[in-house]
Amino acid sequence: MSLRRLLYALPILLLALFAWLAWRGLAPDRDPAALASALIGKPVPQFELPPLDPAAEKLATKDLAGHVTVINFFASWCAPCKAEHPLLFQIGKDYGVAVYGIALQDQTADTRRYIREMGSPYTKIGLDQNGRVAIDFGVAGVPETFVLDRNGVVRYRLSQPLSAGLIAGEIDPLLRRLAE
Amino acid sequence: MIAEFGQYALILAFTLSLAQSVLPMIGAQRGIRPWMAFARPGAFAQLGFVGFAFLALVACFVRSDFSVAAVYHYSHSQQPLIYKIAATWGNHEGSLLLWVLILAVFGALVALFGENLPPRLKARALSVQGMISFAFLAFMLFTSNPFDRLSPVPFEGEELNPLLQDPGLALHPPMLYLGYVGFSMTFSFAVAALIEGRVDSAWARWVRPWTLLAWTTLTAGIFLGAHWAYYELGWGGWWTWDPVENASFMPWLIGTALLHCQTVVEKRDALKAWTILLAIIAFGFSLLGTFLVRSGVITSVHAFAQDPARGLFILVILAAALGGSFALFAWRAPSLNPGGLFAPISRESALVLNNLFLAAGTGAVLIGTLYPLALSVITGGSVSVGAPWYIATFVPLMVPMVLLMAIGPLLGWKRGDLPGALQRLAVAGALALLAAGYTFSRETGGSVLAPLGVALGVWLFLGTLVEWTERVKLFRAKPRENWNRARHLPRAAYGMTFAHLGLAIAIVGMTGSSAWKSESVKAMQFGDTVTMGDFTYRFDGIAAVKGVNYLAERATLSVTRDGKPYTVLHPERRRYAVQAMSTSEAAIESSGRGDIYAVIGDRAGPRSWTVRIYHQPLVPWIWLGGLLMALGGVVSLSDRRYRVGVPNRLPIGQVTGA
Repeated sequence: MSLRRLLYALPILLLALFAWLAWRGLAPDRDPAALASALIGKPVPQFELPPLDPAAEKLATKDLAGHVTVINFFASWCAPCKAEHPLLFQIGKDYGVAVYGIALQDQTADTRRYIREMGSPYTKIGLDQNGRVAIDFGVAGVPETFVLDRNGVVRYRLSQPLSAGLIAGEIDPLLRRLAE
Repeated sequence: MIAEFGQYALILAFTLSLAQSVLPMIGAQRGIRPWMAFARPGAFAQLGFVGFAFLALVACFVRSDFSVAAVYHYSHSQQPLIYKIAATWGNHEGSLLLWVLILAVFGALVALFGENLPPRLKARALSVQGMISFAFLAFMLFTSNPFDRLSPVPFEGEELNPLLQDPGLALHPPMLYLGYVGFSMTFSFAVAALIEGRVDSAWARWVRPWTLLAWTTLTAGIFLGAHWAYYELGWGGWWTWDPVENASFMPWLIGTALLHCQTVVEKRDALKAWTILLAIIAFGFSLLGTFLVRSGVITSVHAFAQDPARGLFILVILAAALGGSFALFAWRAPSLNPGGLFAPISRESALVLNNLFLAAGTGAVLIGTLYPLALSVITGGSVSVGAPWYIATFVPLMVPMVLLMAIGPLLGWKRGDLPGALQRLAVAGALALLAAGYTFSRETGGSVLAPLGVALGVWLFLGTLVEWTERVKLFRAKPRENWNRARHLPRAAYGMTFAHLGLAIAIVGMTGSSAWKSESVKAMQFGDTVTMGDFTYRFDGIAAVKGVNYLAERATLSVTRDGKPYTVLHPERRRYAVQAMSTSEAAIESSGRGDIYAVIGDRAGPRSWTVRIYHQPLVPWIWLGGLLMALGGVVSLSDRRYRVGVPNRLPIGQVTGA
């Protein structure tokens, strides 16, 4: 094929490149709106939050050391949080990890009523009333869930409600790997 | 029942389009006349069926038939009638139907006015058009049926997104689609010509009206969209280089290049392969736009509901249409006879340069649009490409192009006189430099691009006028002769003059609005004042206003200029109950110098509201420029030399169009 002929075939070659890109871009597991958290692979931000139960200890960064943990941001005013609530019980039970809850911008009385009605899947609950800690975590809204490894390094962030599919597809393999 | 009739009509159109893609093509290949002749009634019947389906859908919307899923999702019984109608194409399914309708309209127009086309070319072009219809009707029927029913029937609809309840949005999509789909016609002609193996001046003349029509409507559609974003979204801007805006801009750039190089084919019988390639690519970009908007592959503010299955379908259409035509191009284009020769300095060369700059500019926009996708597919990273990329890549390519735009029309065909042209432009150049100097001296800390932009605008404006005065021999002949010449210039020449003047004005407007925009954001209580430049704004109060389907807070801002009353502004914040969504209605007072633009935001305290005021210098010039450009297209389209079906053309010697 002469050079001139090749030149005329250039458009179709470029098209093939684009088609491949677009086809890969359509892969169902790719969500263009997903933003990887800047925190992934980094140690969890330092924080210390007042507890829900006045008699309990504060929830602080040091609680997270030494074991795999799940941190869940929730609020009593958030309907999707209610929807994912039973799944948090399941995670705690199935994988034996500590699940910590952080109530975001919520009245203490409301949080208390919410936990009384729904039960507590949380090992400990911290109150983040002004949203300061949520900002450090880069939380965009509730619910959001983070998975941390033994060293307190963030390994996973989910900025949407948990679902059985997400647990089976993403969280289960990660927790199994971290448990080893 | 109406919905079912619409559905049947669509299915009939679908089967008919299959016949139309196959019969005339084979007929043209084998010389079977009746098969070729099928193209004409086929195109009319196609329009009949698709038109009926479209009207059926409009009827469902007007009657608020919520058993139709599209009506339920995008309409509401309390919505004003005009927005019930506009909602027909304010959603994915309905807009596809509009797309197919326009496709059918173009097909019917070719069948109607194409009497002087060679029968084979016409049959082949209509057959390609039939294939496009077939693909899009299949896409609609199998993935996005506008007539899908719901059961049980909901009592009330979910309402059209309030941002879309606006006269601008009723017009913007149809205009844009006329442009996008218009390029399907040039595409069909290009493919037909490749199959035929012949491209000549006659071909260029037949295709030109379709290119012009597509270009004109696309121009109007883009400016309408920018204007809508400006007054409705309330952030004071008109262009963000969003992927979907780029998706409409790329076919426009390529269409502009096509429009110019078609004249070379028409007048000089040269650049044939390149013209064919541009005709294919222009439609390719229309398809790319459709893919980007409807597949969810890229995030954008404009995207429709995102569905990878639909994306895959469009990708297949795109790959088939472009793959097929590019393969045909690679096979047939090398054997197209190269036409007339021309010197390095000539009108042809200037148009080649114009094409190079436009194509490179399109490339820059394309890379910026697809880079986030490529990066995320290849490395998994995420990135967004914003204005700085386009300012660094696209703008520098447009600067020499605009410089050239004033020179090119002054060069003769075949061999041009560059020193002569520059001499005639000396005054324009001097005034442009003067304008740049003046802008620079007046400016306090703005962008360095501002004097450049102003100079380019002035240069192009005056350069275009110089070209016109040359043609009518102003100052060089008696006024009577001037008048005669001005009257008898071809319409196409006036089209060019208007479009170039329009671009010059728009360039100044864009420069001014991006360089000197100023903004104040303040929480204001009743009686508070804000002063910006010569203007003082006093916040007089808020009134509650009830609209048909919304409640609004309407603010009153008294504006004084140098202490004298200037105007009263009423920005609104509307709350649409059904969608639980607020929109802001900016209050804008325009003058030749620019706009003052006020928006109210949320209540900041018990008696205070956030008030944002922008001074937007020269923004009205952008709309004026856009209007002139579109007008140029219309004027050029009315040139009788391009009217398909005009039997006796002017002798070649008299043809002097742009």
